[in-house]
Amino acid sequence: MSERPAKTIEGVTGAWEIVIGLEVHAQVSSKSKLFSGASTTFGGEPNAQVSLVDAAMPGMLPVINEFCVEQAVRTGLGLAAQINLHSVFDRKNYFYPDLPAGYQISQYKQPIVGEGTVLVDLPKGETIAVGIERLHLEQDAGKSLHDQHPSYSYVDLNRSGIALMEIVSKPDMRSAEEAAAYLKKLRALLRYLGTCDGNMEEGSMRADVNVSVRRPGGPLGTRCEIKNVNSMRFVAQAIEYEARRQVDIIEGGGAIHQETRLFDAKKGETRSMRSKEEAHDYRYFPDPDLLPLELDPQWIETIRESLPELPDAKKARFIEAYGLSPYDAGVLAGEIETAAYFEAVAEGRDAKLAANWVMGELFGVLNREGLDIEASPVKPERLGALIDLIADETISGRIAKDVFAIMCETGEEPAAIVEAKGLRQVTDTGAITAAIEAVIAANPGQVEALKKKPKLIGWFVGQVMAKTGGKANPQAVNALLKERLGPLDEG
Amino acid sequence: MSVDADTVRRVAKLARIALEEGRVQPMAEELNGILTWVEQLNAVDVAGVPPMTSVVKADLKRRADRVSDGGYAEDLMKNAPLAEDHFFVVPKVVE
Amino acid sequence: MSTLTDLTLAEARDKLKAREISARELTDAHLTAIEKARPLNAFITETPEKARAMADQADKRLAEGVAGPLEGVPLAIKDLFCTEGVQTTAASHILQGFVPTYESTVTKNLWHAGAVLLGKTNLDEFAMGSSNETSYFGPVISPWRRTGDPTPLVPGGSSGGSAAAVAAGLALGATGTDTGGSIRQPAAVAGICGLKPTYGRCSRWGIVAFASSLDQAGPMARTVGDCAILLKAMASHDAKDSTSLNVGVPDYEKSVRAGVKGLRIGIPKEVRGEGLSAEIAALWDKGAEWLKAQGAEIVEVSLKHAHHALPAYYIVAPAEASSNLARYDGVRYGLRVPGDDITQTYENTRAAGFGREVQRRILIGTYVLSAGYYDAYYLRAQKIRTLIARDFEEAFKGCDLILTPTTPGPAFAIGAKTSDPVEMYLNDVFTVTVNLAGLPGMSVPAGLTGDGLPLGLQLIGKPFDEETIFRAAGAIEEAAQFTARPGDWWSTS
Ligand SMILES: [Mg+2]
Ligand SMILES: [Zn+2]
Repeated sequence: MSERPAKTIEGVTGAWEIVIGLEVHAQVSSKSKLFSGASTTFGGEPNAQVSLVDAAMPGMLPVINEFCVEQAVRTGLGLAAQINLHSVFDRKNYFYPDLPAGYQISQYKQPIVGEGTVLVDLPKGETIAVGIERLHLEQDAGKSLHDQHPSYSYVDLNRSGIALMEIVSKPDMRSAEEAAAYLKKLRALLRYLGTCDGNMEEGSMRADVNVSVRRPGGPLGTRCEIKNVNSMRFVAQAIEYEARRQVDIIEGGGAIHQETRLFDAKKGETRSMRSKEEAHDYRYFPDPDLLPLELDPQWIETIRESLPELPDAKKARFIEAYGLSPYDAGVLAGEIETAAYFEAVAEGRDAKLAANWVMGELFGVLNREGLDIEASPVKPERLGALIDLIADETISGRIAKDVFAIMCETGEEPAAIVEAKGLRQVTDTGAITAAIEAVIAANPGQVEALKKKPKLIGWFVGQVMAKTGGKANPQAVNALLKERLGPLDEG
Repeated sequence: MSVDADTVRRVAKLARIALEEGRVQPMAEELNGILTWVEQLNAVDVAGVPPMTSVVKADLKRRADRVSDGGYAEDLMKNAPLAEDHFFVVPKVVE
Repeated sequence: MSTLTDLTLAEARDKLKAREISARELTDAHLTAIEKARPLNAFITETPEKARAMADQADKRLAEGVAGPLEGVPLAIKDLFCTEGVQTTAASHILQGFVPTYESTVTKNLWHAGAVLLGKTNLDEFAMGSSNETSYFGPVISPWRRTGDPTPLVPGGSSGGSAAAVAAGLALGATGTDTGGSIRQPAAVAGICGLKPTYGRCSRWGIVAFASSLDQAGPMARTVGDCAILLKAMASHDAKDSTSLNVGVPDYEKSVRAGVKGLRIGIPKEVRGEGLSAEIAALWDKGAEWLKAQGAEIVEVSLKHAHHALPAYYIVAPAEASSNLARYDGVRYGLRVPGDDITQTYENTRAAGFGREVQRRILIGTYVLSAGYYDAYYLRAQKIRTLIARDFEEAFKGCDLILTPTTPGPAFAIGAKTSDPVEMYLNDVFTVTVNLAGLPGMSVPAGLTGDGLPLGLQLIGKPFDEETIFRAAGAIEEAAQFTARPGDWWSTS
């Protein structure tokens, strides 16, 4: 995996390599905040989910949410990372209206989780390993609304104090595609673990993207950090734009200076953040309102034992137990809901057929309708029942597609649809033979041509199927045709 | 380690305290007075000594994940210099 | 002058319980005294109406026989404790007019025990000071004067208003907070008792923070026993404070007369060094003799790093303060001085809202935490703290308590030490060590200077062993027979 082909972009002076690292902020799926008992529910009335602690009223003190600690450990285990038995909460000091205390409680020198690894499948079948530098717990800030008034900003602290896991990758990604794939994998992992809902639209997951460019294999360039990118697509767009911008500057004789930038989704551009222009000096120091966090190794083991089967293991099992291709296994194991759906369909059935149906017809419909798999109009039991009808030769695969389309429309049982529409397939050789004779009689020219072009047999199959309204068993048609017209030179 | 006027300006900026120009130099002298006095600590051998992280020897207190607070936006606004519709209102922030 | 304000807290409590006096008359007597004592400037906010209402409630409970341990006892509260519906300023312009919608845990405990709020006492701004001269609301004038000399003196600080109120008979007791000596030092120079409990004994929830790893609330009163009664009511384990410890709160009052027989009292040899005035040295010797005479053993102990405590403190405390005070930004409460943009608004607000000493400490604290200086200052100071704590651990292997003077000298004139911050800081030289190590310490009045000003002795105990402190403090109190009270010059002037 270390020997991957160089991925470069072309400049006017030659090839450039993009170096990308991601800092992902993932909201812990907790009911209450990291250091207060206020609710974390999305979309509340302004400042309704704010405690005195979250508003940093005088004399207020933080008390940590045990569940959030557990979720950080769980996530660390899912990232195959080092869990630190001793970690420390620090204050990161800076002034901003949505940071009420004037500091964010975070973990700086001693985070709860250390180094780990994420395996990332790329669309072309390649797998890369992306190193995890660390995961730490910290508080989210509030939200400032800048468009409510021409000269004022409005501050809502509902998010203030919500628990975040900041997951920092190593600069191991070399293309926008790799970064997007990493983010997708990380999201899937968090959702498997149940530690973050991965909802990027609601801000449960945001990425800060560090981008620099260099000559392939050369020394690292100066990086720029693009803040708070909130969709996979934007991450890719931001990287493409930013890399090109940097190459253009360097090739134009300029230099990159380290800065924080913002991605403008409307323009597809990154731009410098004015508010972050001045030099940072966060004056980190251990928060004296809290003690160091000491973890019991046995407690960590009980969490480890409770971990679900994770995507990589699931993919391996799909290949091993179901004989799926690595690609199909990867796709089906990629999201926890997809995997659950597939397994419900495949249970006790032809797994490959199940995989084809899920990835083919089902995904087609979901894509067309823009639906999540949980909202699928066809539940896995119904799709399973449909596959059963194919397996017992009640219907052909061809007819099954029509039945599936009706199922999507009406939600009816497949068997009921087959009965009602008279779609049960014809296996009666007499009826099929009659159809064959009729086709031969009507097409003497084709019968003659078949002798030179054996592939024309497919045309005859089609004719016979059409004559039976698609209900004839295709295997039977094939066999009877070959008996009647063959032996054919398969040459 | 001597604090000069520029350092005072930088630190005042970090601390968000407006310092009139006339106060910069006197402040530099005051800070230097304190820091010079504090320099006696450099004589202490602290090799291998861990910093004190807390005076209490106890496990960090943890609470259960329950919603037990909030729901009083009106109260939070009571002392606000400027508020509207349960928002705190501040001069416009440019990102 | 009413004798009701001369009662000790314990006496008043007993008379209330016996229904010899009513909470209302006791409270009224104190409200009258407070009114007369306005020249002392001991209170930032007086709460007479609330006091009378609380006293009436107390009388009702006393009549019903459901009285709490402090039922009807009028107290003064340092204006650093957030009190629901009552302005809480920390003596700062930046919090002027701030009315909390919540009650600090310590004061809640006191009201739960039946105590009555007389008002909020003056202090150094954000408790940063040793003389109560940095208050935005003006300095507190000590009720004490040198014999035959009307020069106004400081009451000590930062809990100067509480100390003055208790010394002048304006309250039976008061709360203080102690970050570097802010209970013990004013108690000593005001001739009263004051105890800083073990860090973690009293909840910090709802107390305006100065330096989180050092701050601790404690009682101030005219007798050791009164402090014992107050501490019992103030202390509690609080789930809302991660540094509050779940340790049982004993009945301290019982310890006060338990005697010192068999106790080993440590005298740290390094503290006897240069700069100690003859008067203070003599008082210290006397204290040791008193304890010895009552059956304690005097032993020499070593606190090798004690003389580094003060400079270490003046790094740690401002560093934490610079961060703790960042919340005063004019966004959600307190003063706002608008500027052209948000940054200027912050800068104007904080420049106008904080006084000179607070600004100085914020800047020092910001500097020592800033990039490139953290290791040299903050980290080094925290390592020295470890050394100081180890010294105490070692010393306590050979003794049960440590005895020192509380202050290097008596109260000084207002304005005498304001020009040089370091000279002012030296007032805390005997007290800060205790905060750095998180230990309990108490000041007990022990005598008067030649010109009639009180001096105190400090007892330092093992963590969570306030009981042993009370035993020795009771013994010193008995031996010293400190009965001096300041003259009533303010009500006649
Ligand atoms: Mg970051
Ligand atoms: Zn972060």
